[in-house]
Amino acid sequence: MESKESILAAIKKNKPEANPLPLLPDFPYKDNLIEQFQESLTLNGGKSLVISDLKEVMAYLKENYSDTQMLVSLVEGVEGNYDISLAEDPHDLEPVEVAILEGVWGAAENAAIWLPEENLIHRVLPFIAQHLVVLLKKSRVMGNMHEVYHAIDVAASGYGVLIAGPSKTADIEQSLIIGAHGPRSMTVFLIEG
Amino acid sequence: MKPITTHAEAAEEFLKDTERSHWHDDTLWHVRTKRDTAAQKLPEWEQLRTLASQIKDHVLSNLDTLLIQFEQNAIKNGIEVLWAKDAQEHNDHVYRILQENQVKQLVKSKSILTEECGLNHFLEDKGYDVVDTDLGERIIQFNKQVPSHIVLPAIHLKKKEIGEIFHQHLGTEEGADDPKYLTEAARQHLRQKFVQAHAAITGVNFGIAETGGFVVCTNEGNADMGTHLADIHIACMGIEKLIPRAADLGVYLRLLARSATGQSITNYTSHFHRPRKDKKMYLILVDNGRTDQLGREDFRNSLKCIRCGACMNTCPIYRRSGGFSYHATVPGPIGSILSPGMDLKKHSTLPFASTLCGSCSDVCPVKINIHEQLYKWRQVITKEGPAQNSKMWAMRFGGKVMSKPRLFDFMGKMARKSLSISPRGMVYNGLNVWGKHRDLPDTPSESFKDWYRKNRNNGK
Repeated sequence: MESKESILAAIKKNKPEANPLPLLPDFPYKDNLIEQFQESLTLNGGKSLVISDLKEVMAYLKENYSDTQMLVSLVEGVEGNYDISLAEDPHDLEPVEVAILEGVWGAAENAAIWLPEENLIHRVLPFIAQHLVVLLKKSRVMGNMHEVYHAIDVAASGYGVLIAGPSKTADIEQSLIIGAHGPRSMTVFLIEG
Repeated sequence: MKPITTHAEAAEEFLKDTERSHWHDDTLWHVRTKRDTAAQKLPEWEQLRTLASQIKDHVLSNLDTLLIQFEQNAIKNGIEVLWAKDAQEHNDHVYRILQENQVKQLVKSKSILTEECGLNHFLEDKGYDVVDTDLGERIIQFNKQVPSHIVLPAIHLKKKEIGEIFHQHLGTEEGADDPKYLTEAARQHLRQKFVQAHAAITGVNFGIAETGGFVVCTNEGNADMGTHLADIHIACMGIEKLIPRAADLGVYLRLLARSATGQSITNYTSHFHRPRKDKKMYLILVDNGRTDQLGREDFRNSLKCIRCGACMNTCPIYRRSGGFSYHATVPGPIGSILSPGMDLKKHSTLPFASTLCGSCSDVCPVKINIHEQLYKWRQVITKEGPAQNSKMWAMRFGGKVMSKPRLFDFMGKMARKSLSISPRGMVYNGLNVWGKHRDLPDTPSESFKDWYRKNRNNGK
């Protein structure tokens, strides 16, 4: 408590005269949102596909993964093979091969997709999975971050994350490597609607 | 060998390895050009910089009330908030939390603040095995070094060296230096650590006053792997990292990654507001000299820094001298205006490690007038601190000569004459520090004054 009081007192003594808080313009951006989103995602190391039916997600999973691998889907209409309600502890999710999640909003300028805790069940799911698949409705793609923050309430969930690509690093001589700790790939399905 | 104390001496060490210093220079310049490309894609870039700067002006002028609001909201969210006036108190808080919760294993994601507080060494002395999980930080931790860059901690190492480090610590094949192979080895090793950890320590990129939550940005996802598996999350935050509104994130996130590496955003931007059910979340608010800096009118703007590292990548001195030459937690131009505020004596040569070209100020996403502050610190240091003798005498001599026009003309004539006939060894001697790696331009045959007099008369 002592430190709190002394820090606040020091600030009071040392702070400059009041400066107003500026209003935030939203720099509206509306052109080719889907194309722009896809381009941004590619730059971040992700892949995207525009689809018209959820069956295409199922076909993708079938083509790329086997039944012996653990698939967790939290998207209605896409079946996984592991019931997440069985996981009592996040550590139980260590063997997850693919997590299939639904995004709420996306930003074309950087391909960031908003995923609040409710869409993850376990916060660690999109990180611990070896691969990540995200479904996003095309109508949910906005221009930029100002619009996204306008649309969401960050404090409504205990946790929420903007995911813009797979886990990556360039810490060894600036060579880009996908799959640092989290997903080795991220595939976004942009669906009509 | 005498201990290295000045920036110039340390830089000289770095420059001895010509090949490496060129690589360092080129690589960081490449990052700078990626930043330019990303910034130029946004027509509103300059407006965003102005907004980011103005929001921070507001924060600095209301820091006390905003911190109170932030704390109240964070407590409502179920976060335990602690205050630390200095590094020692910060470290004590962390230690107490670990003790109280009987934490045995802990993982850490990148936090420049904990570097500043010397947390790792403090905890290691208490018997903890602190595992840094950012790949670059893990590499330098194995190598018993500190970060040489705030965004690219291991930029001073080549892959061959990292291969050797991993061979020693992780048992990778001897001589193997493929970044993909090495990264995979680190992934396997760190997964084990994540799974075993009881506590995760993270830094904070932004604290949101109106919601009492905070944001952590990574590309690797290591902060999230740690915090979502461990029972205890300890977030360490400098008090200047506050923003008033959640909507302000729109401004800062658009600037941060573009300025840092030229990416449009980091792949993970995590918003923490409440702990997981039955788990604990702690937030430590740290002063450690920040309130003092707030009171220095000429230097308080440095507190706006969002730690993107753009000023380092663009700085001709940083690129050619390496992060270690600064002997400070935050190196480069921004470090050179922050560090003297912490310890003026220790960091007295840093504000001189600049050409004052102003490139740092040009790229700064929050418009800190870095080069002007470097110049102002020089004035403070020259008045208060130990001026370098050779420089002091040169300045005094120069001042004398330039105040007397006749003497100036005479000295100019002498210099032109003597420089053109002197043997090289006499001009480039130990006293001529400037001429160490540089040649003087050819001496002109006459002064400008003489030339002007002659030509004006001819023209008439």
